[in-house]
Amino acid sequence: MATIKVHGNALSTAAQRVMACLHEKGLPFELVLVDMRAGEHKREPFLSLNPFGQVPAFEDGDLKLFESRAVTQYIAHAYADKGNQLICLDPKKMATVSVWMEVESHHFDSAAAMLTWELAIKPLIGMATEATVVEENKVKLAKVLDVYEARLAQSKYIGGDNFTLADLHHLPSVQYLMTTQVKELFDTRPRVSAWCSEILARPAWLKVCALRGNQ
Amino acid sequence: MVEIRGELREKGKSKLQTSLMAATGVKVYGPPLSTAVSRVLGCLLEKDVQFQLIPINLAKGEHKKPDFLKLQPFGQVPAFEDEGLSLFESRAICRYICEKYANGGNKGLYGTDFLSKASIEQWLEAEGQNFNPPSSALVFQLAFAPRMKLKQDEGVIKQNEEKLAKVLDVYEKRLGESRYLAGDEFSLVDLSHLPNAHYLVSATNRGEMFTARTNVGRWWGEISSRDSWKKVVEMQKSPPGA
Repeated sequence: MATIKVHGNALSTAAQRVMACLHEKGLPFELVLVDMRAGEHKREPFLSLNPFGQVPAFEDGDLKLFESRAVTQYIAHAYADKGNQLICLDPKKMATVSVWMEVESHHFDSAAAMLTWELAIKPLIGMATEATVVEENKVKLAKVLDVYEARLAQSKYIGGDNFTLADLHHLPSVQYLMTTQVKELFDTRPRVSAWCSEILARPAWLKVCALRGNQ
Repeated sequence: MVEIRGELREKGKSKLQTSLMAATGVKVYGPPLSTAVSRVLGCLLEKDVQFQLIPINLAKGEHKKPDFLKLQPFGQVPAFEDEGLSLFESRAICRYICEKYANGGNKGLYGTDFLSKASIEQWLEAEGQNFNPPSSALVFQLAFAPRMKLKQDEGVIKQNEEKLAKVLDVYEKRLGESRYLAGDEFSLVDLSHLPNAHYLVSATNRGEMFTARTNVGRWWGEISSRDSWKKVVEMQKSPPGA
């Protein structure tokens, strides 16, 4: 019986973010499936785990948490000595990682999540894509990726010289977007493209993809 | 060197450029009226950290100029410097301040132990992901757009009111179980809500969204009357360029 449980499913970007982190740290866990089509996430008992009715919810023994980026930070700190290092112990370096985690959360994710929803998820569940929403968010994402292109000229990974949570948090959306027309925004920016190729190839991420039934 | 508005500066250098050349100490760049800037100011005041506030004139596009973009590549306020470290994104800046100045001011602002910190991170993410988007949209539409003589979008207002109402319903339940959002002590989570909530309550007619909910209203009353926040509100009222 695993101490660590992730309540969600293999398609949810936020659940994937948490699972990628667990794999990076080599921690065993149980994925407890939440039937979103049946609205399980909007009812009890799920609401007791996440009052916002969103996946994932997370348990580690008695500790219960929600918000994927809070969960990954908890895991990275609580299990700092296990598996791959995902944070920086130097406070100044960690502050910079924190900056780029916020950038992913507020600048990258708002456009990327909309595009993932419109171009990758909606087709899977038989809903129609809205072209104006796609165009609007491509413009936004392009501006963010311009900042990333400049950043990656000064820094090997987005948060600093090592792979950290700041890079990891991008994986789910980037993976989905690479299967859509948005791939071109990444391909036309050489440093962004190289960075994506590298982080998408990480063994921990490949394990998350395998769960999805992806190559 | 010439004297410009009571300050010695190299001729031809802006206030921003002069500041960049100056020595150490905590510096915050941006106008106090900005919600994100005020989040950082609130944190510095809670932690009793001395700082210098360098005004950035948004109306004149100072935040889009090359010197500023070196500090904040998205051209947004605030930017922040401390001992040669340059940061942006208000919540990242707040986390840094809490870690660096852990022993100053309100020691429990970022949690006192592992569990309280995990709860704070959870609710800080909830604020950033769930509360911030609809409340920011409403602050812009209802408080700033009229002042800037921009047209309001009724559709956007309605959509974001509905979203915010759902978030506040979750808060209402939570605050019936817990004095503050992350636990029984005031934390960075509550502080993070102050900027947007303040505008909604004091500068729009949607304040009822907070005050008409029993627990949210109680919570709002407590957090908004903290000395640190009152000082931020005073700074927001100061004349521009101060």
